[in-house]
Amino acid sequence: MNELRDLYQEVILDHSKRPRNFRKPETVTSEAHGRNPLCGDTLTVFVDVENGTIKDIAWEGHGCAISTASASMMTESLKGKTLAEGNNLFEWFHRLLTAPPDLGAPAGPLGKLAVFSGVREFPVRVKCATLAWHTLKAALERDARPVSTE
Amino acid sequence: MRTAAPLDVIRVRRDFPIFDRAIRGKPLVYLDNANSTQKPRAVLDAERRFYETGYANIHRGVYLLSQEATEAYDRARARIAGFLGAKNPAEIVFVRGTTEGINLVASSWGRANLGPGDEVVISEMEHHSGIVPWQLACAATGAVLKVIPITDAGELDLDRAASLIGPRTKIVSLIHVSNALGTINPVAEVIALAKRHGVPVLLDGAQAISHGPIDVEALGCDFYAFSGHKLFGPTGVGVLWGRAALLEAMPPYQGGGNMIHTVTFEKTTYAPLPFKFEAGTVNIAGALGLHAAIDYVEGLSWDAIAAHERALLSRALDRLGAIPGVVFQGSPAHRAPVMSFTVDGIHPHDVGTVLDAEGIAIRAGHHCVQPLMARLGVPATIRASLSFYNTADDVEALASGVRKAIEVFRG
Repeated sequence: MNELRDLYQEVILDHSKRPRNFRKPETVTSEAHGRNPLCGDTLTVFVDVENGTIKDIAWEGHGCAISTASASMMTESLKGKTLAEGNNLFEWFHRLLTAPPDLGAPAGPLGKLAVFSGVREFPVRVKCATLAWHTLKAALERDARPVSTE
Repeated sequence: MRTAAPLDVIRVRRDFPIFDRAIRGKPLVYLDNANSTQKPRAVLDAERRFYETGYANIHRGVYLLSQEATEAYDRARARIAGFLGAKNPAEIVFVRGTTEGINLVASSWGRANLGPGDEVVISEMEHHSGIVPWQLACAATGAVLKVIPITDAGELDLDRAASLIGPRTKIVSLIHVSNALGTINPVAEVIALAKRHGVPVLLDGAQAISHGPIDVEALGCDFYAFSGHKLFGPTGVGVLWGRAALLEAMPPYQGGGNMIHTVTFEKTTYAPLPFKFEAGTVNIAGALGLHAAIDYVEGLSWDAIAAHERALLSRALDRLGAIPGVVFQGSPAHRAPVMSFTVDGIHPHDVGTVLDAEGIAIRAGHHCVQPLMARLGVPATIRASLSFYNTADDVEALASGVRKAIEVFRG
């Protein structure tokens, strides 16, 4: 039951029920669509990038609690960050999710995003947590191809 | 009439070593039997015995070991023929599983018999393995796929079946029991419709095979495919049964060793049935394991198994149905112990993870039936599927796990 509490922490449940930045911004410099065909999760990430800085970032879509909370918290963490900072966060986030569960969670600059460390106990859910991030990466690379985590 | 003694589930479970395993510190509650079934020790022993004391390739050696292996493989084929009520062991083709069985027919029979404008009739509740092979055959031949719709209850619409199966129909390919809804299809009625037009019927027996006896002659179908791993046997082995006259008229599916009579660069002649369809070294240990699995299941009683599974299904429908927010997908009158449901406001994967934390294995997802999910209007469901080794406690654990999920997400 502890594993479950670690996975579905209050902050994750809160973001899954009341996702932040759930909208399409007025100015969108790039966007990408991502889906996980295995569970039907689907989302679109919109970004407004000006001079290498993420001026606005938002998303729309639907999915499980983990993918919804992850998309919501990603947009909160990245607003105002530079693209380099964003890339760095993604790397740390990925490291957090794939580190062996018996080691301490490598939090680095992750801040609130560290709540996703509980996903490590449920490896099949890693792709739920990373769907929004992979989709953002595709948007920033201006890759028009849809993203699939399968 | 004699009633079979009830199934001694506690004793039966001792035959399955997996139930000694704890999952996340809890006893394993395995409710993913429509996906794959657990293996009794008899199956594991049969494979191990073969590899440890009897292993050689078949049909090739002049030596004793190879001869013994060949005989054991032939016995497995004969055993399966008897199990399916087939007249002739040569009608039993070993394949990798149901998927390969259907692909074999769609590819081989399809290439020889389908042409532009011909129609292949399937149903809306087919597994992807009953859809995609026929789409490939249609693309190669110009034939057209026709789909029998289902009703809101998740049953085949027989009126529509009667109008869809017509003079252009060349074959009907139908799932015997739905892997997602548990619906037991009225195959006798569909076969009668097909026979009126003189066309063959393939039944996908992947789900039906583990819940009751199958007699292909009594059913009157023309092809029947199933997977060993869903019948408590090994993975990587399955069976396609086909009527000898049809199989003989079909071109080989794959070429290679074992399936030939003579080979020259100018012309190759093929081996007789069933070897024509068994190119390369086959899954010998798998066939022996499947033989052991059939001996094991038939050593229990189908009547006792059916009575036990019926009681569990009715308990599961009752317990889950009492939970506010649980919505069943489909309510077929005749169903195998398989049920799909959703929980209002909670994604099936999140329910699946809460259940996993309780040691309960179910499947959450689209169950390889995306068109059926689209028909039901859901992206995914939670599916619980029972087998004879499940207990009333397993069902109670599932129901309390679902209640726990609701607590976690709505609490």
